[in-house]
Amino acid sequence: MSALQLCLLLSSGLFCIGLTVALTRSNSILVLLGVELMLNAANLNFIAFWRYGGGSASAGVVFVLFSIAVAAAEAAIGLALVIAVYRHQKNIRLQEAVRLKG
Amino acid sequence: MMIPALLLIAFVILASAGVAMVLRNLIHSALLLVLSWTGIAAFYLWAGAEFVAFAQILVYAGGISMVVLFAVLLTRPARDAELAVPPPTVLRIAAGLMASAMVGSITVMAVLTTHFEAAGARAPGLTVKDLGALLAGPHAAALLLVGVILTVALLGAIIIAAPEPAPRPEDQP
Repeated sequence: MSALQLCLLLSSGLFCIGLTVALTRSNSILVLLGVELMLNAANLNFIAFWRYGGGSASAGVVFVLFSIAVAAAEAAIGLALVIAVYRHQKNIRLQEAVRLKG
Repeated sequence: MMIPALLLIAFVILASAGVAMVLRNLIHSALLLVLSWTGIAAFYLWAGAEFVAFAQILVYAGGISMVVLFAVLLTRPARDAELAVPPPTVLRIAAGLMASAMVGSITVMAVLTTHFEAAGARAPGLTVKDLGALLAGPHAAALLLVGVILTVALLGAIIIAAPEPAPRPEDQP
């Protein structure tokens, strides 16, 4: 098994952990962290293909930098929303945030 | 030499992320996720992308972890006994596990059955100087857009999280 395949297996494992958490847990902070893990798994793929993809393109590294910046913005917005929901409901369970439905 | 290091890094990343997601105590979860993010930074170092590794440490282990810890502390349930997350139902756990197992088996089979070109032995050299030239040259517009997105998103986060101001007496009719 080549190193590229190992990297891809690592990232798919990380993606699966994040997906499981986002689907099963009911705490909104943990769901947000699961989404962050999935984003990180995608970044791992970019770096793995940049390193072992054979080409000399450097777009992978640049894209990961932008992806990290957008992930930081997403985390800030998500946690601000969690705090806003907590102020109204005094807890952060997703099942009780149904009033956010349109 | 390279492969055992990769296996060690992968074990640290997956084990800390998996344990963090099973724990009931949110603060322990957040601290273990910091370990996982640091492991991902180690993976970037292993792959030869040093700048991305340090960006990962700064943004995730430094910034996002602090924001997450503050959010955990600010949103504690009213009674301390309820710090533990209430357990989700068995049906939800089974459905979530099955969905992610299906996605995982698809990706793993795709990785194992695809033939990849033989990789170069050396890492593609990309110094910080090259990266700076790329960001200031061909990708300058994207860099500016990311700056705008970050500014707007952080201002929006402040506005969302700020408490509603109490109505002033002179505003009352």
